[in-house]
Amino acid sequence: MFNVEDIRKDFPILSRKVNGKPLVYFDNAATSQTPQQVIDVIVDYYSNYNANIHRGVHTLSQEATDLYEQARHKIQAHFNAKFAHEIIFTSGTTHSINLVANGFSSLLKKGDEIIVSALEHHSNIVPWQMLCERTGASLKVIPMNAEGELVISEFDALLSKNTKLVFVNHISNALGTINPIEYIIEKAHQVGAAVLIDGAQSAPHIKPDVQALNVDFYVTSAHKTCGPTGVGMLYGKEEWLNKLPPYQGGGEMIDEVTFQKTTYAALPHKFEAGTPNICGGIAFGAALDYMNSVGFKAIANYEHELLEYATKKLLEIEGLKIYGTSKQKTSVISFNLEGIHPYDVGTILDKLGIAVRTGHHCAQPIMDFYKIPGTVRASFAFYNTKAEIDTLVEGVKKAKMMLS
Amino acid sequence: MSIEDIQNEIIDEFSMFEDWEERYQYMIDLGKDLPLINDQYKTDSNIIKGCQSKVWVHAEMNDDKIEFTADSDAIITKGIIAILIRAFSNQHPQDIIDANTDFIDKIGLKEHLSPTRANGLVSMVKQLKMYAIAYQTQLK
Ligand SMILES: Cc1ncc(COP(=O)(O)O)c(C=O)c1O
Repeated sequence: MFNVEDIRKDFPILSRKVNGKPLVYFDNAATSQTPQQVIDVIVDYYSNYNANIHRGVHTLSQEATDLYEQARHKIQAHFNAKFAHEIIFTSGTTHSINLVANGFSSLLKKGDEIIVSALEHHSNIVPWQMLCERTGASLKVIPMNAEGELVISEFDALLSKNTKLVFVNHISNALGTINPIEYIIEKAHQVGAAVLIDGAQSAPHIKPDVQALNVDFYVTSAHKTCGPTGVGMLYGKEEWLNKLPPYQGGGEMIDEVTFQKTTYAALPHKFEAGTPNICGGIAFGAALDYMNSVGFKAIANYEHELLEYATKKLLEIEGLKIYGTSKQKTSVISFNLEGIHPYDVGTILDKLGIAVRTGHHCAQPIMDFYKIPGTVRASFAFYNTKAEIDTLVEGVKKAKMMLS
Repeated sequence: MSIEDIQNEIIDEFSMFEDWEERYQYMIDLGKDLPLINDQYKTDSNIIKGCQSKVWVHAEMNDDKIEFTADSDAIITKGIIAILIRAFSNQHPQDIIDANTDFIDKIGLKEHLSPTRANGLVSMVKQLKMYAIAYQTQLK
């Protein structure tokens, strides 16, 4: 049974105070908090197993390697990849995206097209712009509408035999919109294009099945799903990963090295040059274990309840406008108070112990679309409560009173 | 008055506030009251890029003293700008170069001038000093 009070006991940070007030953590879309179960795994690793992996004959190295590879299998099972070697450990979503973009350098030529969406994290548009500069391919953008949804008919119109790659986030970090990736994947495949889904915002809420989705690449970061920062993964279909050249050269990724020629290691090691974030990988596995023990169905149901409650309560405040009003959205509320800068609201909320994100959320094109400098973004996780939402609502009212 | 005297005066004023709310309300009111800059100077070339709120700064030299005007689109930022301008405007360039900003810490607003805070204020203080350095070289 889902019991939020029990769950909260797993997260030590939730009992700390900020500016003398109990912390209300509503910046989950930026990074999630870490349960004791995952912290214990990290402490246990450094207390008992720390060693380099895949290269030692000694027991510690073997045990650390086993734990790391077990984590890969957990991730494989979680996302339902066909093979464990289709899971590449990376430093996070950004690294994973760059790895794929770099790999496509050798596959694209002038005249080819890459489609991205207007809802992207803008730092993730950059690797594609760089790829286009290198290859002469061009970038096309699926526009958005006032509700913060992609205009799918425009996507249909952009698709052609020139389309080689489609990159869309599953869920928008700025607005919470859930994009129709099933449709996008199917349509893209009809013209022979590969699809990369950015799952950084969906993995915390939805357990995706990469085989059922038939997606070519799916990427996410551990720190969005109760794991540590600096580690994440790239899922790629075996056939695609074999097609892409290695990204970085170094230890682990080679088979044989002479000064004349190096042959590369098999998957997944071909893409895992150098000593990885071993502890991070293991903790990533533990974090998914934790989330699965809570249960993604229960998480989704509860977060939906929080979203509905907060939406209703916040909209009772006069002059408050919510950006991103798709019916298909996760527990993210981006809003502004009329005539008040989001930074000011965020500053007052912080004084009250409430952590929200303010600014453009690395989604400048979305802010430009709405012609606003940014928003205040409250994003809820399964360990948040309605009482905390009440605190937020009171805080926003106070900010409004002080600032207007 | 010297920059130091003005800063002490501001510290005195702030010492009367009981809690953060009164401090912030005062700054917000400062921010609201003042048109700090002539609109003609709110140009893109006068913008200081801080991630979150926009900050504009303009400087003019009158009788060997620099007059600063500035603005921001966020009101709390603007309130702090009003305080900084009060301390640094109409002063000799060398005094501005030599001045420090510790008084911001003493009035309980330290977090706003933290180098990691993306509100443009740290860059603004740097910019004030840059102007002072530039005008100082002209004086020589
Ligand atoms: C949709 C989306 N993509 C990518 C990222 C970047 O993730 P990371 O910084 O872990 O590489 C984020 C995180 O903010 C995100 O929300």
